Amino acid sequence: MADAFTMLKDIKAAGKKVVGFYCVYAPQELVLAAGALGFSLCATKEEGIPDGEKSLPRNFCPLIKSSYGLAVTDKCPYFLYADLIIGETTCDGKKKMFELMKGFKAVHVMKMPQSYLADSDKAYWLHEVQVLKELLEAELDTQITDEKLQAAIQVLNEERRLMQQLAGYLKNDPVPMTGQDFLKLLWGRNFVTDRAAFAEQIKAVISDIEESVANGEAARPQGAKRILVTGVPTGVGADKVIKIIEDCGAAVVYIENCSGMKQYVTLVDETKPPLTAIAEKYLAIPCSCMSPNPTRMEQLDQLVGEYRVDGVVDITWQGCHTYNVESRVVKEFLKQNGNTPFLQIETDYSQGDVEQITTRVQAFLEMMG
Amino acid sequence: MKAKIVAGIDAGSSAIKLTLYDGKTMANSLCPAGWAPQEQAAGLLAAALAGKSPAQAAYIVGTGYGRLGLPFVTKAMTEITCHARGAGYLLPAARTVIDIGGQDAKAIRVDEAGKVEDFVMNDKCAAGTGRFLQVMAQALGLAIADIGAIEADPDGPACRINSMCTVFAESEVIGLVNRGVPREAIIAALHTSIANRVAVMAAAIQPLPPVAFTGGVSQNQALRRQLALRLGLSVITTGQAIFAGSIGAALYAWEAAGQL
Ligand code: SF4
Ligand code: SF4
Repeated sequence: MADAFTMLKDIKAAGKKVVGFYCVYAPQELVLAAGALGFSLCATKEEGIPDGEKSLPRNFCPLIKSSYGLAVTDKCPYFLYADLIIGETTCDGKKKMFELMKGFKAVHVMKMPQSYLADSDKAYWLHEVQVLKELLEAELDTQITDEKLQAAIQVLNEERRLMQQLAGYLKNDPVPMTGQDFLKLLWGRNFVTDRAAFAEQIKAVISDIEESVANGEAARPQGAKRILVTGVPTGVGADKVIKIIEDCGAAVVYIENCSGMKQYVTLVDETKPPLTAIAEKYLAIPCSCMSPNPTRMEQLDQLVGEYRVDGVVDITWQGCHTYNVESRVVKEFLKQNGNTPFLQIETDYSQGDVEQITTRVQAFLEMMG
Repeated sequence: MKAKIVAGIDAGSSAIKLTLYDGKTMANSLCPAGWAPQEQAAGLLAAALAGKSPAQAAYIVGTGYGRLGLPFVTKAMTEITCHARGAGYLLPAARTVIDIGGQDAKAIRVDEAGKVEDFVMNDKCAAGTGRFLQVMAQALGLAIADIGAIEADPDGPACRINSMCTVFAESEVIGLVNRGVPREAIIAALHTSIANRVAVMAAAIQPLPPVAFTGGVSQNQALRRQLALRLGLSVITTGQAIFAGSIGAALYAWEAAGQL
């Protein structure tokens, strides 16, 4: 495959529009229905941070610094070729980053409600989704009809079902796939230009896995400690903690983060009016920016049982206030619901603390006996 | 094979601790980590085994900062697990262990058998560690071992160290020295600062009394009292507390060797 710069240049030359987003709250059905290509720009690489720090405070979350650094230096091809960026006011850091970004790029910011519980939150968010739809129509010079939306919902729901099916294989002991490989698949999904081809790819992976399960092949030894990872977006490039856990001999059996499965667990209701159903699905994402955030606890509880989890590791970025505070809440919740061992790892994208984290993870595994 | 003798080695950042164990008696020894900790550790073990080769010890568990660099260990375990076990052996009543070592500080909640229930460890920075105290001792022209014995005059002038960062705190100390603040008062302020930092960290595991104070800094009685004050819990220690890690490692080695 050609490099991303050339590929995107060609795509643009062929008249396709490109939309970038930074968060799983961005309703991707709308982008698809508008006939545009959507890419996730959330940067999880250390590269970009020094450039980000030229404009942003040093003690900011590394995800924001990296994202901004890559954007402002034209180092991210997806950003460079995007016709429009969809931002969301999920945290104060991103909110202010988008303000700076507006100085050199077309950015539309969706204003998040603070909670997903009340009817007023739901009505408000539906309105935000409606605004985005009209904006996309105007900016990309197209019509987003209900039929197009329904088709897009079906495509993305199918993808979600496939991802759920794939994740389901990690319920096995021994696991047929490492958490690191699983993450690569999930991450790759962010950079897909042909959704149908991608679905075929996943189906092929699924049949490979079924074969390995039938042949009794294992990616980790049977009886390896089963770890669920949760917390901040932890994509390829910032998967240090997931790697350390597996290097220490455990199996990462679920990646609950939004770079992992968070975005796939609920489908868009295909029986409801499309825009309403889309708004509902996206607002139900249990991100720590929501206050309160009971759904995250409920989902964790369910996953710990389903995946027979021995311990939960919560990854939080330095400077991410909502996830860092919520870590205490999760710890307390898990303690009271089944006393599941819990470890918070607060880190950034650098490699300087690998030894420290290794010691912690090892001690955590030793603690489980 | 039933082992005759096993060893636990705790390769810390400033000292290497060794415990030999034969199921009945423990023999502890230590040496500085120096520039070549692996050689130091090998030498310490050889000396303890009275000149015989390390092969004499049937099973060796290595722990601590340098555990992965020791070529002769049978198994490496973390200092958190080993310290908890060793503290449980030395001070069986302990429900919480606070270990302040050269590079890190940790708080561990333990059950009756010295098994870890929960733990926290300081992050990258040196605040609240032996390193912090060592830098400050140097700034005061003192040896770290002497600091704990120097008592502040309760009626004398008091001061505070406000910064948690080692570099800034050092400047503060130098500033105080230059303003003529008595050394005893500065030392008391340093102890308060470390105890505060460690107590805040320990709060995350909801510490229970009594708290066993272990590690290289545990013989500092002034700091122990400050810790008790800041935690609001009784803090106990023993002269052997610096060996908690190697003792725990030796106990795990004995168990593992019994299963061979
Ligand atoms: S953590 Fe929250 S804000 Fe960040 S990508 Fe996920 S849902 Fe969006
Ligand atoms: S990790 Fe936290 S601080 Fe960083 S972008 Fe996500 S929500 Fe914001």
